[in-house]
Amino acid sequence: MSTIATADVGHHGGTEPHGDHHHHELGFWQKYVFSTDHKVIGLQYGITGLSFLFFGFLLMLVMRWQLANPGAAVPVVGAFLRSVFGETVMTDAGALTAAGYNVFGAMHGTIMVFFGVVPVAVAGFGNYVVPLQIGAPDMAFPKLNMASFWCFFTSCVIMTGSFFVKGSAAKSGWTAYPPLAGIADLEGGSLWLNGQTIWLIAMVFNITGSLLGSINFITTIIQLRAPGLTWMRLPFFVWAQFVTAFLLVLAFPPLEAAGFMQLTDRVLGTSFFMPTGLMVGQTVAQTWSGGGSPILWQHLFWFLAHPEVYVLILPAIGIVSEIVANNTRKPLYGYKAMVYSVFTLGFLSFIVWAHHMYMTGMGAKVAAFFQVTTIMISVPSVILLTALLLSLWGGSIRFNTPMLFATAFLPMFGIGGLTGIPLAFNAVDLFLHDTYYVIAHFHYVVAPGTIFGLFAGVYFWYPKVTGRKMSEFLGKVHFWGSLVFINGLFFPMFLQGMAGVHRRWYDGGVTYEQLAGPVLHWNKVMTASAGLLALFQLVFIFNFFTSWRIGKKVGRNPWDATTLDWDTPTPPPHGNFEKPVEVFRGPYEYSVPGHPTDFHPQSQRD
Amino acid sequence: MSNLITKYFPFFTDREVPHTVSARPDTGLYSAKLGIWLFLASEVMLFGGLFSAYIFLRIGSEPGYWPAGLLNVPVGTMNTAILIVSSITVVMAWAALKMRQLGKYRLYMLVTILCGLIFLTVKLSYEWPAKFNHFGVFIKKEAASKYEDFLGNKHLQEAGQNPRWEISGHLLDAPKGSHYAHQAEHNAEHFGHETGRHDAVTPAEDDYVIQLDAVNANPSDKDNDRPHFWPVPMSTKLAVISAADVESASVFAPRHSTYFATYFLITGLHGLHVLGGILVFLYLWLPFPGGTKLYKTNPEHLANRVEIAGLFWHFVDLVWIFVFPIFYLL
Repeated sequence: MSTIATADVGHHGGTEPHGDHHHHELGFWQKYVFSTDHKVIGLQYGITGLSFLFFGFLLMLVMRWQLANPGAAVPVVGAFLRSVFGETVMTDAGALTAAGYNVFGAMHGTIMVFFGVVPVAVAGFGNYVVPLQIGAPDMAFPKLNMASFWCFFTSCVIMTGSFFVKGSAAKSGWTAYPPLAGIADLEGGSLWLNGQTIWLIAMVFNITGSLLGSINFITTIIQLRAPGLTWMRLPFFVWAQFVTAFLLVLAFPPLEAAGFMQLTDRVLGTSFFMPTGLMVGQTVAQTWSGGGSPILWQHLFWFLAHPEVYVLILPAIGIVSEIVANNTRKPLYGYKAMVYSVFTLGFLSFIVWAHHMYMTGMGAKVAAFFQVTTIMISVPSVILLTALLLSLWGGSIRFNTPMLFATAFLPMFGIGGLTGIPLAFNAVDLFLHDTYYVIAHFHYVVAPGTIFGLFAGVYFWYPKVTGRKMSEFLGKVHFWGSLVFINGLFFPMFLQGMAGVHRRWYDGGVTYEQLAGPVLHWNKVMTASAGLLALFQLVFIFNFFTSWRIGKKVGRNPWDATTLDWDTPTPPPHGNFEKPVEVFRGPYEYSVPGHPTDFHPQSQRD
Repeated sequence: MSNLITKYFPFFTDREVPHTVSARPDTGLYSAKLGIWLFLASEVMLFGGLFSAYIFLRIGSEPGYWPAGLLNVPVGTMNTAILIVSSITVVMAWAALKMRQLGKYRLYMLVTILCGLIFLTVKLSYEWPAKFNHFGVFIKKEAASKYEDFLGNKHLQEAGQNPRWEISGHLLDAPKGSHYAHQAEHNAEHFGHETGRHDAVTPAEDDYVIQLDAVNANPSDKDNDRPHFWPVPMSTKLAVISAADVESASVFAPRHSTYFATYFLITGLHGLHVLGGILVFLYLWLPFPGGTKLYKTNPEHLANRVEIAGLFWHFVDLVWIFVFPIFYLL
């Protein structure tokens, strides 16, 4: 190490010293609020995102209560919810109304995807970990990074605020399909201050923040890698973030465009997405324009929202890869194959979007094209999963909390992915479309999949951020409780879905008892599981906050890891590294024969 | 100025992140140059989404509902030329900085800024307002035969062209309660002043009275068929249209048709980009700490800034190169 400290690496050019050697003490506001430090911004994103994940989860709990006990008042908090969300959402008795169910459904989806998982997985972990793993003092554009967070935060405030306007928040689903979304909330309401319009405005801010962030990620990874950190020496997490950022840069803008169009449809009377002669109630709502097209929205929306699925999953795969390699004490199996797969996956994710639209009757030829590409994309996905499974083979695995979550990720993501294959086929999808089968499929990908990956990441990098480990005991309680009840929550949805239960039935299927009768009792099981799942998340929250003060103190590399993020002081100071870093080897040199320890850090010359 | 900013907004001061000015040897790029190209990639997708909406809606539109030749081609051509000139001068400004000629830089940048301002002024004070004062009435198909004298569908059918359902011109009298009443009154006054005729306002309460465009005044004359390079003057002929026969009536605003919706959204977003570019150029032209003041301490940094702002400007220019043909010419 000492040789590196004095070596003039000379890679960055003479005028620009590496690291921040003379930073002055900043006040509270500059240090923790309006900060340009990637670590603070990562934490801001992470904590905001985790809060929204919890909020979205609570919305779902109320919906699940309604599905299992249609029309019954929500126990304990019913009156409180009535006073917070108002009469549109809750009855005076404290039960969820039909409109309220739609509000919670739309906002659960929106919040979980755009305000929960992406901020935590991409912006949170990405901001904190990527610069550390590539040996950079910060992101390439620190000010842009701050702008990104504050754009996102503005969107959070606007979206949350929409619950409190007349008629409550958006209720046309997280997909905001017109023509429903084009006319929702307008009758008798304000032109601007209504749920759906505010949803669109909030999304424009959210997308802008996300674009600024992803441009920053790509530039940082290309420009600020430490000397010696060649492409094939990058930790897989960095690769995953790199591809994710490309997906965001290229897929989000069309949705922003579509958002503008839906906004003008609502406030300027255009008809991009509103067909001529649309009947609302008994009257023709729109006569202008020679006809807009609701299908156009679906195309623009899914052009984002399918790559978005990979935005949700890739960072989690990246986190799991780091943890699997670290705790099996072996290199990742097929690292290069994984890198090529993640690129293939990124590319293919742009040409599969219309498999969400088989029901629009777009024609057999178009459907056939999207069937083929959708099946093709399962190849790189399976390579990734298989490589991770094979990485476990023959390892002397350390089952600490991060590793438990990472190992559970594999079969859970497997279930989510494999149950998607039937949906790729037009014929099968016509039957399963909009049933609980679809809900179960993508929730297995993002809940016990991605969110388990995120938990693994939180337990794994917590010591780097705080200098203390989270409690292993509480972590294991959290893990086993979550694993059991998340399956209790989502697995019965497959059974209901195959029986034909539709995803938007407000009473859980009671009205259609002839059809749904045999599977109705699962509603009770799922709702009970959801409640118990919530209890076990309280264990996590408790652990998260108490460990900050009383967790076991650790040094800079508590997991005996090899990548550069464990090479900084704990917690990393402003500017991250004390001295210039140089990289000499690949990311996962564990158990190298002949080496005195079972890990060989990237920055160690020999 | 610089000190004040540092004192109260320390987060606006530069961190020492490598490659903000000098290129990284193995990529050959300073970071901002890579960043701006990525940003432009996202912009391509943003405008790409809008242009694909244009294609999708145009292909899907019913015959006769996608207007052509409603925009002022000479003015559009002039604006195109102005943007192209400004794209050249911004390169000259950058080159002047590279050669460390601050005076020339100031001059070329000023020309660039002025070009941008002229473009926006033409758009906002002439082109858009002219549209907002132009009125179109789509006739119900079952009533079209009543207005054959204005629509000329027989002639169009013989010529193998799309039918025409719209009668357009200046609104002189609107049905009672229409929110175009004020505009109609203003136009009628103007019409009376120009022609000496004061017969435009009808006693009937549910009629539209329109001073016709040439194409509606004499629809069977082939010379009147759109498009034209030079705008055709309006006729002084009037049409009286009963509100009962009207499918929709609107000024040439976004709500008029999917054509104008796309036109205003794309040119509006493009205009915002022009405005953004002008503001950035102003910042780089004036003695701000990040503008020409930077020339004294780090001229290369200023040149880099002009280069990336210029790349953005070229992109804005390029978008217009697509906008101009698809809205003005096709």
